[in-house]
Amino acid sequence: MPREWRQARWDEPLIHEIGSINSQGLAIPFADEDNILEKIVGAPEKQLGPLARGEELQLPGLPENVALRHFTRLTQMSYGVDTGPVPLGSCTMKYNPRISEELVATMSIQWLHPYQDEDTVQGLLEALWLLERWLAELTGMDRCSLQPPAGAAGELAGALMIRKYHIDRGDVERVEMLVPDSAHGTNPASAAMAGFRIVKIPTGSDGTMDLEALRAVLGKRTAGIMLTNPNTLGIFEDRILEVAELVHGTGGLLYYDGANLNGIMGIVRPGDMGFDVVHLNIHKTFAAPHGGGGPGAGVVCAKGELVDYLPRPLLERDSDRFYWDYSCERCIGRVRALYGNIVPLLKGFFYIAALGGKGLREAALQSVINTNYFVSLMKGVRGYELPYGPEKPRKHEVVLSALPLRRETGVTAGDVAKALLDRGLHAPTMYFPLIVEEALMIEFTETEPPSVIEEYAAALREIAEEAYRDPESVKGAPMNTAVKRVDDVYANHPRTVTPTYRVYRLRKEGKLS
Amino acid sequence: MDKPHHWVPGIAERKRQLDAIGVSDPLELYRDVPSELILSEPPRVGYGRVLSEEELRRIALKLASRNRLYRTPPPFTGGGYCPHLVPSVVDYIVSRGEFLTAYTPYQPEINQGLLQALFEYQSLIADLVELEVVNSSLYDGSTAVAEAALMALRVTRRHRLVVASTLHPEYMAVLRTWLLGKNVELITVPMMEDTYTIDIDVLERLVNNETAAVIVPSPNFYGALELEMERIADIAHKHDSLLVHVFEPLSLGLVKPPGRLGADIAVAEGQPLGLGLNYGGPGLGIMAVRWDRRLLRQLPGRLIGMTRDVDGRHAFTMILQTREQHIRREKATSNITTNEALMAVRAAIFMALLGGSGLRRLARTIWLRSHYLAKRLAESLNAYSPLFTSPFFKEFTVRFNVDYEPVYKRLAAEGLLAGLPLRARYGLGSKGDAIFCVTELHSMKDIDMLVDKLASTLQD
Repeated sequence: MPREWRQARWDEPLIHEIGSINSQGLAIPFADEDNILEKIVGAPEKQLGPLARGEELQLPGLPENVALRHFTRLTQMSYGVDTGPVPLGSCTMKYNPRISEELVATMSIQWLHPYQDEDTVQGLLEALWLLERWLAELTGMDRCSLQPPAGAAGELAGALMIRKYHIDRGDVERVEMLVPDSAHGTNPASAAMAGFRIVKIPTGSDGTMDLEALRAVLGKRTAGIMLTNPNTLGIFEDRILEVAELVHGTGGLLYYDGANLNGIMGIVRPGDMGFDVVHLNIHKTFAAPHGGGGPGAGVVCAKGELVDYLPRPLLERDSDRFYWDYSCERCIGRVRALYGNIVPLLKGFFYIAALGGKGLREAALQSVINTNYFVSLMKGVRGYELPYGPEKPRKHEVVLSALPLRRETGVTAGDVAKALLDRGLHAPTMYFPLIVEEALMIEFTETEPPSVIEEYAAALREIAEEAYRDPESVKGAPMNTAVKRVDDVYANHPRTVTPTYRVYRLRKEGKLS
Repeated sequence: MDKPHHWVPGIAERKRQLDAIGVSDPLELYRDVPSELILSEPPRVGYGRVLSEEELRRIALKLASRNRLYRTPPPFTGGGYCPHLVPSVVDYIVSRGEFLTAYTPYQPEINQGLLQALFEYQSLIADLVELEVVNSSLYDGSTAVAEAALMALRVTRRHRLVVASTLHPEYMAVLRTWLLGKNVELITVPMMEDTYTIDIDVLERLVNNETAAVIVPSPNFYGALELEMERIADIAHKHDSLLVHVFEPLSLGLVKPPGRLGADIAVAEGQPLGLGLNYGGPGLGIMAVRWDRRLLRQLPGRLIGMTRDVDGRHAFTMILQTREQHIRREKATSNITTNEALMAVRAAIFMALLGGSGLRRLARTIWLRSHYLAKRLAESLNAYSPLFTSPFFKEFTVRFNVDYEPVYKRLAAEGLLAGLPLRARYGLGSKGDAIFCVTELHSMKDIDMLVDKLASTLQD
């Protein structure tokens, strides 16, 4: 029997519909002093003159308990790893240990001022210093900068480091960044922001990079290559040492996108594969929660000469004292203000502390076992196929194709995703990588127990069976979520696109051009 | 290990799984990895063994004991980061797992609540700044400035930026880094010695038909508010360049919003909106733009929109995704994907708890207290306080007639964080300069105590 599940459907109005500008849900501290102060320093409105915002602020407010209810209801119409499995491929949505929330609170991070003297934050700096050492060890790099606030920012930093490295050597012609066609979209986007021209490398029929195609484009203009290994098909690039030799041989550098590290963490190191620069996603591999889209942390690491190019400041240790070193001779500067996203970084620290090297290695092994266990459960299930080297073991993730299902029933991968939602299961990553039609990209991570993987595989099988029986009923999904299928055309049409309530209001009043 | 770990539950059933896969050893699943790459031993990270919750608590307590908290009173240190209220309702809601552990809402039907909260964030900021479009967050104030600059370069297809020298020095550094790969001319506008605002006559000479954007903070790094933002906007617009206004969100409870001063793009650090200090991060990069198709098309970052479901019910979803990296790849408007969603939710709850009148009240409170400190520093300590003639909101620069850093350090040792020593930290101003910040968390008594302590330390 499939699970009977219904998500809350509150039909919750917007704050703008229920709030009023005179409702207030919190008290301002020491507010009774304001009258005295105003007598001493005068009224702000008068001093601001023409700069004063005269009339009332049209912002809706809510009483405290009403606000609490409003947002509690919104959480009840949301879904995270704490609700059920979120096997989004390349997102590594593992369990986020609850204890880490408590530990960050213990350390009172919310109250540490970024300009406090280093001597007054030695405990925090020690944790960050250890984290950097551990991440360098896990990646086979020499040093890491904790500054990038997310993976894409780490990529931008890494791409800029590679660019500056070549320019400093007078190699100004190296403006091409090679990116496989299976790469995460952030790779080409980051490289383009760093000023590179993107050269796409195709994937061979076995699911790894086409080395002939690589050889054909390598040359004096090659700045480097951005790879994730295992790649987005979940397949290990088995000729990586040859790739490294080829790229280095022409004077290029290797960049490692750490989004897919989970299946090899503690088993294989990017540095040993030949990579020069690596970024890591603390909110993926190292169990910091994703927060519905962030904050994350995207540490960037480097080895050899590339260390000089890391964003500054870097953490240094002088016997027992930790301090920020701002010296920057060749560095790219800063990718964000101050030091980085400290809260997720600390959660990553506690995660590694809890598991240790052995535990991390076991976690990686289990994530790969889970992927291949799922593949074994899906073998022969009508409607799905495993494209690219089906005999090869997958690592952290696997990409199934629902192409047979679409051809035979008209039900697409997108429909399958919505039908999963109806069973209280989050959908996989959809239609990615772009080289697989009707792609369902699935990553359970080590934290899903076998029973959940079995439930998920059974759901996919049942949905396919239903599609062969009654395709329209699958296309009608989801029915059990807070809303039914959303209208994307209406959402994006120039005449109806509504990015804020202000736009909605002005359009209704006829004041929007 | 092979021993079960509570975060790796499959270990207990590993044998059954391996049988189903048809291998006997998990390492057989790595048979395609060159054997010389497989580490023979686990890496040497962590504390050499698995730790329980209680052991982790001991580590955290030990580390915490080596951090000093400046809590009563909170820091008076300015320079872009000040202590503010964090209502417990905010902390509670963002700790709920449905928000905390969600991914980016790529499946809208099952994440309506998160999407609505983000839409509300966008809507509240839009009304705060009086601009129509707000994205659902960037990393922090500094990268928001960089993204605004890149956006202006794309929109205008020009290669020149004119930036106020009164921008936070770290924001300026970030901007320079983000522009490393671009062929862009970055020109800075000096500030006036009396007002600490930009020299508009110089600006007028620097802005030309090649200029993509004029980037001006108000209040600026020193705390001063630009008095003639509208004139700055006119100068930018005369040359079809965009005005990027870097603002402070709480100041808008009192001060005219960017949308009414002529800004095309408004960006800010959202840290004052219920985030806490976090030793500088995570922050919240706010970005708002006016209703203009060119700007909308070039907007970086995620955008949540209101739509309907097949039954016509109100619904929310990510919109205009063809701007983004997962679809547009190297032609995307930005590489950003993970942003600061949960911080945006914090800001939405914070603003909902205040309402329009509450925000006005909060802004007035901050204004009154910061001006009280400025006045007391001038009267009791004979300092140039504020150092400039422009109006200010919560931060202001002061000049003492002594070397200030030793004073700052002595007070810090006594548990009081005073104004930021400008020269020591950023090599700016003179040795006597400090940037103070006063917020709703500082009582009159706190302020009087600060003045007294400064007085006695200065006398020594």
